[in-house]
Amino acid sequence: MTPDECYQVQLENIFEGPMDLLVHLIKKHEVDIYDIPIALITEQYLKYLEWMKAMNIDVAGEFLVLASTLTQIKSRMLLPAHEDEDEDEDPRLEIIRPLEEYLRIKSAAEKLAKRDLLGEDTFVRNPGQEDYLLNREEAVIDVGLFELIDAFQKILEHISPIGRMEINADTITVRDRIVQIVDIFETKESVTFNELFSKNADKSEVVVTFLAILEMVRLSLIRVAQHTQTGIIRLFYL
Amino acid sequence: MEEIKNIIESLLLVAGEPLTIDHINNILTQAEKKEIQNALSELSKEYEARKGGFFLREVAGGYQIRTRPEYREWIKRLIQPKALRLSKAALETLAIIAYKQPIIRSDIEHVRGVNCGGILRMLLERRLIRILGKKEIPGRPLIYATTKQFLEVFDLKDLKDLPTPEEIITLGEASSEQIE
Repeated sequence: MTPDECYQVQLENIFEGPMDLLVHLIKKHEVDIYDIPIALITEQYLKYLEWMKAMNIDVAGEFLVLASTLTQIKSRMLLPAHEDEDEDEDPRLEIIRPLEEYLRIKSAAEKLAKRDLLGEDTFVRNPGQEDYLLNREEAVIDVGLFELIDAFQKILEHISPIGRMEINADTITVRDRIVQIVDIFETKESVTFNELFSKNADKSEVVVTFLAILEMVRLSLIRVAQHTQTGIIRLFYL
Repeated sequence: MEEIKNIIESLLLVAGEPLTIDHINNILTQAEKKEIQNALSELSKEYEARKGGFFLREVAGGYQIRTRPEYREWIKRLIQPKALRLSKAALETLAIIAYKQPIIRSDIEHVRGVNCGGILRMLLERRLIRILGKKEIPGRPLIYATTKQFLEVFDLKDLKDLPTPEEIITLGEASSEQIE
């Protein structure tokens, strides 16, 4: 990873948007949001955008929109106020109002996150079976497609070399095989990957079984996990 | 009264989702809603007096037995539900929808100043928000609102139960929270 990429990740996390950057600057300089020193904040804001560009971060269009708003407010502040027009409102209101609203939402979001969240702080009965943690000694990791394919390759290597490739009329379909596997799961909660392949299976049967397993994973009927030490792949019925 | 209370308690124990008084009333037709309401508050008081592992929560317009937050670490050694873990951006987007619903996407994006298409999709997938319909303005944008699931997850009775956001944030406090 190049240093640039490091920065990129960090910065993206800090400023998720232009409002975030603005809030950061206001906090950093400890200024009152109702009396923003617009020249200072605008200058700082633009400086951050420069830094982000220098670090090869794509400065999203939204950042530029706020930059132009800030610059515009700054220039309006420089214009002499007409004393006779007292309906002239503070140009900064244009930024104060959305800022206020954003801060309100931020505070609301923080409060929501602090509540007793279901599934995090508080729980109800009847957790789904898949939620149960397995015993620690049986630490398993979820298996990806590539591990499955490796396991499948090993099964293929063990097919009897006689290679009876005769075409059987009663070749089993993937759908039938799924039904059979579900039947196996009716009697036990998990089976190992190898158990599903009989020793004298021919190639087509092995392929059908493998496809059935993949299909069952896709339909989230089963979960596939591998024991961290033994490397044995187990299928769990959900 | 005792009997009604016990029946309700048994229902609460088995029910998968928060039970509304109406729902209980449909099952327990001989009791009046008032009696059911009383029995529920009795149960809640009993659980509070007992200070056991669970309590009765009023969520999403119904009642549900939930474990007390102080035992969360123990529960997590038993089960690991799909992590809720919402990013700061997702929480803010959700808060905007919760407080300003029904709301269209451009209004949500206006508050945060950022595109939120990906976040909306994720919140929809997690069933925390739903699409109410299309607004009758040019472009017919989708209208978003929160779901019952949102109330359940965030332990809220109803939308009126949403926490009141701070009106004015004094910056000293805000920055000390940041450090924490």
